Amino acid sequence: MVSANEEQRTEKIPVWDLPDVPSGNLPAHLELQRTRTVCTNDAPIHTENIQYSGAYASMGVDNSMRFEKFCKNFRVEVIRLGDDEMEFDMVGIDASLANAFRRILISELPTMAIENVLVANNTSVVQDEVLAHRLGLIPLKVDPRLFNYKSENDQPSEKNTIVFKLHSRCEKKSSRINVKSSELKWLPGGSEFALSTEKPTQDSTSKVKTYTSFTCSQDSLPEFSSNPIAPTHDDITLAVLGPGQEIELEAHAVKGMGKTHAKWSPVATAWYRMLPEVILLQEIEDEKAEELIKKCPVNVFDIEDIGKGRKRATVARPRSCTLCRECIRGDDWDKLVALQRVKDHFIFTIESTGALPPDVLFTEAVKILEDKCERVITEMS
Amino acid sequence: MEIDKQFLAAPVKTSVDKFQLLPEFLKVRGLVKQHLDSYNYFVRTHIKKIVQANDLITATKDPSIYLRYKDVRIGEPSMVLDGVTEKLTPQKCRLLDTTYTAPIYVNIEYVTGSHGSKTTQMKRDVIIGRMPVMLRSCCCILHGKDEEELAKYGECPLDPGGYFVVKGNEKVLLIQEQLSKNRIIIDTDNKGCVQASVASITAKTKSKTIIRMEKEKIYLLLNKFGTKVPIMIVLKAMGMESDQEVVQMIGRDPRYSELLLPSIEEGRALSILRDIFLANIPVDQDNFRSKCIYVAVMVRRMMEAILNKDAMDDKDYVGNKRLELSGQMLSLLFEDLFKSMNEEAVKSIDKILAKPSRSSRLDISQYIVKDSITFGLERTLSTGNFDLKRFGVNRKGMAQAVARLSYIATVGHMTKIIPQFEKSRKVSGPRALQPSQWGMLCPCDTPEGEACGLVKNLALMTHVTTDEDEGPLISLCYTLGVESFEYLSGEEVHMPNSYLIIFNGLIIGKHRRPQRFSNAMRTLRRAGKIGEFISIFVNEKQRCVYIASDGGRVCRPLVIADKGVSRIKEHHMKELKDGVRTFDSFLKDGLIEYLDVNEENNALIALYEDNAKEKTTHIEIEPFTILGVCAGLIPYPHHNQSPRNTYQCAMGKQAMGNIAYNQYCRTDTLMCLLVYPQRPLLTTRTIELVSFDKLGAGQNATVAVMSYSGYDIEDAIVMNKSSLDRGFGRCIVMKRMVSVCLKYENSTSDRIIKPQREGQDCEKMQILDDDGLAAPGQTIRADDIYINKQSPIVTRVPVKSPMALPDSSYRSSREHYKGSVGESAVIDRVALFSDRDNNMKIKFMTRQTRRPEVGDKFSSRHGQKGVCGTIVQQEDFPFSERGICPDLIMNPHGFPSRMTVGKMIELLGSKAGVSCGRFHYGSAFGEPSGHADKVETISETLVKHGFSYNGKDFLYSGITGEPLQAYIFMGPIYYQKLKHMVLDKMHARGHGPKVMMTRQPTEGRSNNGGLRVGEMERDCLIAYGTSMLLYERLMISSDEFVVQVCRKCGLLGYYNFKLKTGICSTCKNGDNISTMKLPYACKLLIQELQSMNIVPRLKLTEA
Repeated sequence: MVSANEEQRTEKIPVWDLPDVPSGNLPAHLELQRTRTVCTNDAPIHTENIQYSGAYASMGVDNSMRFEKFCKNFRVEVIRLGDDEMEFDMVGIDASLANAFRRILISELPTMAIENVLVANNTSVVQDEVLAHRLGLIPLKVDPRLFNYKSENDQPSEKNTIVFKLHSRCEKKSSRINVKSSELKWLPGGSEFALSTEKPTQDSTSKVKTYTSFTCSQDSLPEFSSNPIAPTHDDITLAVLGPGQEIELEAHAVKGMGKTHAKWSPVATAWYRMLPEVILLQEIEDEKAEELIKKCPVNVFDIEDIGKGRKRATVARPRSCTLCRECIRGDDWDKLVALQRVKDHFIFTIESTGALPPDVLFTEAVKILEDKCERVITEMS
Repeated sequence: MEIDKQFLAAPVKTSVDKFQLLPEFLKVRGLVKQHLDSYNYFVRTHIKKIVQANDLITATKDPSIYLRYKDVRIGEPSMVLDGVTEKLTPQKCRLLDTTYTAPIYVNIEYVTGSHGSKTTQMKRDVIIGRMPVMLRSCCCILHGKDEEELAKYGECPLDPGGYFVVKGNEKVLLIQEQLSKNRIIIDTDNKGCVQASVASITAKTKSKTIIRMEKEKIYLLLNKFGTKVPIMIVLKAMGMESDQEVVQMIGRDPRYSELLLPSIEEGRALSILRDIFLANIPVDQDNFRSKCIYVAVMVRRMMEAILNKDAMDDKDYVGNKRLELSGQMLSLLFEDLFKSMNEEAVKSIDKILAKPSRSSRLDISQYIVKDSITFGLERTLSTGNFDLKRFGVNRKGMAQAVARLSYIATVGHMTKIIPQFEKSRKVSGPRALQPSQWGMLCPCDTPEGEACGLVKNLALMTHVTTDEDEGPLISLCYTLGVESFEYLSGEEVHMPNSYLIIFNGLIIGKHRRPQRFSNAMRTLRRAGKIGEFISIFVNEKQRCVYIASDGGRVCRPLVIADKGVSRIKEHHMKELKDGVRTFDSFLKDGLIEYLDVNEENNALIALYEDNAKEKTTHIEIEPFTILGVCAGLIPYPHHNQSPRNTYQCAMGKQAMGNIAYNQYCRTDTLMCLLVYPQRPLLTTRTIELVSFDKLGAGQNATVAVMSYSGYDIEDAIVMNKSSLDRGFGRCIVMKRMVSVCLKYENSTSDRIIKPQREGQDCEKMQILDDDGLAAPGQTIRADDIYINKQSPIVTRVPVKSPMALPDSSYRSSREHYKGSVGESAVIDRVALFSDRDNNMKIKFMTRQTRRPEVGDKFSSRHGQKGVCGTIVQQEDFPFSERGICPDLIMNPHGFPSRMTVGKMIELLGSKAGVSCGRFHYGSAFGEPSGHADKVETISETLVKHGFSYNGKDFLYSGITGEPLQAYIFMGPIYYQKLKHMVLDKMHARGHGPKVMMTRQPTEGRSNNGGLRVGEMERDCLIAYGTSMLLYERLMISSDEFVVQVCRKCGLLGYYNFKLKTGICSTCKNGDNISTMKLPYACKLLIQELQSMNIVPRLKLTEA
């Protein structure tokens, strides 16, 4: 396909008449193959990255990854940064690295999520397990870095557990109520449920043993004193209570990672796409131009006046291309327009669930990758 | 004036959207109207007829002693508990394991008296038994109740009804398919002889008459006659005086005479001829003329078939079939039981009268026992075995437990039709799709395998008729110009200028202008003067007009068209929309009528108004109504290969989802529910009509059609772990355990005691509450005790103070949870009640919440089932440019051979649906009428939202991060989780229980049984020569046993532990004893043979 385009542009020349490629540069079609993924009508081509350092050695081109080169080329540009969503461009990086960040964001960044639910009373129609599952999926607004992992044998303490209480009741003769996530109340002092197995001690003054053993109240800690822990969203429906129904429970959140369960994933999703590049292979003028503009549902193209009442299509907003491939569909349109992706330019989007802002999430992900690399290096040395 | 002109010049707007009729139709009809109608007819009309026909009981000796039933009616559903009558609701019956019955009241007039003085007395509202009540019928308390009232009764408003509750189990009497009775059927016997047969069924008798042409001669075959009788003899016996008359009556055409000649040349039992032979033709004062005419018509039609093979009847033709519904079956049963009861009563009265000295007053009303009817009805419904000796009926499996796996299974069960005979026959005829099934029976919904094509399902709009009174109709026919045969000679029977009029299989006369006659009848029907389900069918070939008013015919509504112009106009539909009109008013105004299969042959039915021609008489309401309920769930079924739709019909019934609104109040033995069921993104009109969108059974999964990881071969599915974490495919399995606290003969009873909190077994009793029953919300594990019950040791012999026995006279009869180790469940509910025998019964509902695991079965709605092959982390899954990650990955190899194009369109449609926020439709054949979105418009929507028109997305690999080398077809598809789950099926065993008798491992998963090395496996091992492996499998791992064999006598001895030697009990010494290993089963065989006086001797040689 691409070579066909080449042919169209340049007259057919015998191979031996081709001009010498200046050494240190790749011929155009190889350069295209190396740096772009071309999205043709039937399938994307040149999707793979050429990793081998000596891939172009015969042409005198060094394909090795060099730190200086990386430092020179690499740049990050934040396009959009919201409370829980951000978009940024990452240029000059390999797909495998960009993917590593994505994977870490999804599954290896820890957050806090409800793991154990102690149900004291549940007369609602929602079963205990289902309710617990729903509770688990509620994102919590708390910085997981302030907590430790709780291993199986650990006592729940203020350093590894957050306790919430939910007590909701629908009075008889009233109408149904919705139990929302806002009803989850943070118990900074730990569990309030007494351990039933413990015999009540003779000494009534001593503290009743509960399911947690907090040494101090969490709200006395400086991190939480000003911003109490709560679910990020107040309006997640947990259950619907009919008249006379009641839910009383305690939910214990612990630190965990997305690979164990999706509830610990700090992102709703994180993904990237490669920078779209739309190329007009020929001048597209007048009716054709109008047609092209009409074809594109996301307004990639614009019309430019080139005088004498003639119009020419231009690529105005290649970034918004969603790759619907309408512009290269049918009637040899693929000879006029080429859709490409820049292989080392990633438009990264992070949708945070709210525990941490997305920019922090990304830096955390970078740190984790760093750790991993260091671990590999130490293991190998 | 100009405007008027324009208006007049404008083309007549043709297409009227008649879809609105359908919901209206289903609103009046419900989904199971056929059952309800049939039951209502029985309860309101037929039961009265039955009682009327058998209304008199008289003592055999003294006819003046009598009892006469005056009236009969069914009361309100109730039950009698300790002498108090209590109203019943169906939900109560389900929970309390009782039968939903209503009393049968009769008014009687009877004679009492003693010592010669007799007085007649009247008694009102005597209960003669209890009738099981069909839910939602006119006797049911749910009849005509709105949603709120239904909710108060604990009933699901979407439940269709049409079934019974017997001993707490829901039972449905399936629709039975049988050949028309009282109709002439021309076909060939197995030798190829042409025959005309009539199965005559009347209130009194049942017989089958066959007239057969054999070796050029015509004979009559009747069960009562030992041999075949020449037809001429029969005709002459019935008073046809000459051959000429016979020939006249059959027809004078020389071709017919020729055929008849051999029979004429060849040429007792009056009562047989009168009563059994063609029993459906009434004989008035031994005047056999009508029977003769009937025979003549039979013979003539048979001969017609010989001359012209086209005249042969098709047994599989739906017009020749009748559907027997629950009302008819119950009436048969009731009649039998009622007669038996009366006979019993007569017997006991006779017995009393026979006694020489009677002191007490004779009260005949005392002798009607009500139990026999109650028990008879209940037994038949709960076992499903109809055994009526009086009618020679013995059928099994008529009543089935209602399938409650999913809502669709329930509704599908109500529309199921089972054949009455010929299940294992290899003929293809009855199994093939009949063109006459169109619109009446679903072409898709039939099981696979043995019953394929025999078990059918009703289509969406089908109605099954009930009986209608014949008398007025017959007289109407005569007033419309039908000439009775009383005034016609035999010659005129087959006069070419007139048509025979046959009413319900009875030849009532001739008419010279059949078309006019039938038009008149139809006009009367459309005007509502005669029943709307009466069919008038002019058979030009047979020169007959068939009028049918009998029950069991299938029919469906159609729009009437005059000269190709539909009678339904835009304003009618508007009136319907505004609520001024109902479906019935359409019927009443003659816009719509019901046609049965036969009458359809006289109609020219256009599929759409646009293709109506001049001669078109009717127009279909909606083409997708040819499908039934189950097939109606499939989107774009008309794009699928047809067997796929059939597979889906079977699988839709196994899908988990919501069963009913009252599902958490039900106590079924097994319930599979989905935690988060959804309605499909791509719906059909049928889905909305049957409210599948309210009780869904599946979830919309984003599917990527690509290969991934190799764990997706053979239709396996790769699932996204994060999707599962978030609740995809999560289901609840509820099981029931029942425990009864019995009361014994000596008035002792079981008791439930407080659990031990300490000591032995206390761990197993942890889940028990203080009342000795498992507490709701507790986790129950294998072998846990869920009821701490004790039974008295002595239960037969009377004991002192049976209510206060000492603890020592009880033995423990705790019940343990039988689950496999490591599997736990939660006690969901505990229900206590007293059953019909006044024992306390405790129902425990256990619940398991399961997330999908490898091996669980899933299916889309296109017969594409597959198991979960592997579960993959989300980050390893491919993702699209918009960050969308599929929930599951399906292998593209599933498509080429299955040709389920509908699934692809479903994907496109749902994808467009989620993009634009509108549910898309995919009703069958819906594109022309707008009930299905066209692929082109769907594609346009997709493009508008930035997707490719073909639904293929640019995806990045989640593993390498690079783009995939193909565009991936990705979008949402409605997926069903089927009830087959690995957890219920996986099984392995090392050691385990053995059968006591043979000492071989037990069989089956439920008994923790072994895996059998069967005959064929054994053959393989032998062929392979692995003798040691064989030895291990068949001997060591099975039933190895050491025996002492006497070398001298060859019999088995025993091992004496004192002497430490083997001893032969025959030789009385241990001299020649050898020890050897045998399978225990072999030792058993030897001993069993010995017990039969056969002595097997073992001859041992040194190996």
